[in-house]
Amino acid sequence: MAKPKVAFYWCASCGGCEECVVDLNEDILKVVGAVDIALWPVALDFKKKDVEAWQPGEVTVAFINGAVRTSEQAEWVKLLRGKCPLVVAFGSCSHLGGIPGLSNFTTREESLANKYHRSPSVDNPSGTLPGLKTRVNGYELELPEFLPCVRRLDQVIEVDYYLPGCPPVPDLIMQAVTAILEGKLPPKGSVLAPDKSLCDQCPRKESKPEIMKIESFKRVATSTPDPEKCFLAEGYICMGPATRSGCGELCIRGNMPCRGCFGPTSESKDMGTKMLSAIGSLLDATTEEKSAELASTLVDPLGTFYRFSLPSSILKHRLS
Amino acid sequence: MPDDRFEPKIVGFLCQWCSYTGADLAGTSRLQYPSTLRTVKLMCSGRVDPTFVVKALAGGADGVLIAGCHPGDCHYSEGNYRAMRRYPLLMQMLDQFGIERDRVRLEWISASEGEKFAQVVREMTERLKELGPLNWQGRSAQYCGAI
Repeated sequence: MAKPKVAFYWCASCGGCEECVVDLNEDILKVVGAVDIALWPVALDFKKKDVEAWQPGEVTVAFINGAVRTSEQAEWVKLLRGKCPLVVAFGSCSHLGGIPGLSNFTTREESLANKYHRSPSVDNPSGTLPGLKTRVNGYELELPEFLPCVRRLDQVIEVDYYLPGCPPVPDLIMQAVTAILEGKLPPKGSVLAPDKSLCDQCPRKESKPEIMKIESFKRVATSTPDPEKCFLAEGYICMGPATRSGCGELCIRGNMPCRGCFGPTSESKDMGTKMLSAIGSLLDATTEEKSAELASTLVDPLGTFYRFSLPSSILKHRLS
Repeated sequence: MPDDRFEPKIVGFLCQWCSYTGADLAGTSRLQYPSTLRTVKLMCSGRVDPTFVVKALAGGADGVLIAGCHPGDCHYSEGNYRAMRRYPLLMQMLDQFGIERDRVRLEWISASEGEKFAQVVREMTERLKELGPLNWQGRSAQYCGAI
């Protein structure tokens, strides 16, 4: 029997998700022994016409990483959706919007101006911005449109499964690949990771005090957390309470608080407000003035609580 | 220029022990206030998850009122302190989302303060008329466009 074929595709992403496929180490040999890679732009040369020539169903599964920011990305993911019976959103950007999703904090025009006009390393005296069409040597060339906002994958196409993480961890990737090969998949729409919060798995959970009170917010940039204690009890924002487990607590073990890349559990509709709710109720304040004073020392609550999930939030973007 | 025809929609999360009873008193006392408020009765203002607030705003509300017992008077001893602590953080986050602070108001209204309840709804309605509709859904569709 022919080996099943898989496709990897990338959209608005950093390349870390591609890297983590290689991070499978020796296990990648098991993967390539079991499947044929039909598309992987980062490593192998394929053209769009090759994909267009696929018979529907010929390629079993597409792993798509990255958020959708350009018209080209939207076109490609729609093409892959039409060809593949299974689509897996691979990594935080595809699952939730991810770091590129923070660009929904501003407008397209501002983003372009920052990149092409204001950036100190850019010399652009004519103020040129990327356009949709350009003429080179008598040919008219088209460029993809930089869309007005960032979308997660399932805001553009139907998605069957989600592999969370920035990037997804090797254990979960192997479990997902094995489940697909053996046909033992959970219900459609599942996130292929445990559904408990990170605090539940946290190696420091024993150090969590009975009553937690945050007297002031601390930042890892300006002070060093105790290597044993609960980060929140010390005043560091740790996204553990609002974040799904399954990552192997890598950041915690490296003495860094959780940033929330695995996204919320299935119980939560909005990661940021859930985290705000948790943090807010821990403030050591019994007056409105003190609450406001403490809150004002938390720099950038939106960027902190929605670091990976702004396009997945209820409000999705800044109102302009 | 405020639009006189615009009737703001306010979602009010009222704790059942103080503020809801205060609203009841405003009614039984036949106090006049605008019919802009849609009331949601909760056990405690500490139950108001900030998710409820953004959901109301995204779902068509122009403003949200959170009302609970005065500090020190909470039926559950400190639920309203949770509301008090979350509120300024939520305000900072709404700033970042581009939503005016006056759209979300936190008030302490006791069971005997029917007049205060009516006054808060009057003031909030006036202010929201000045601010105009939030229209999150319309503005969101405009922001993102279609693909």
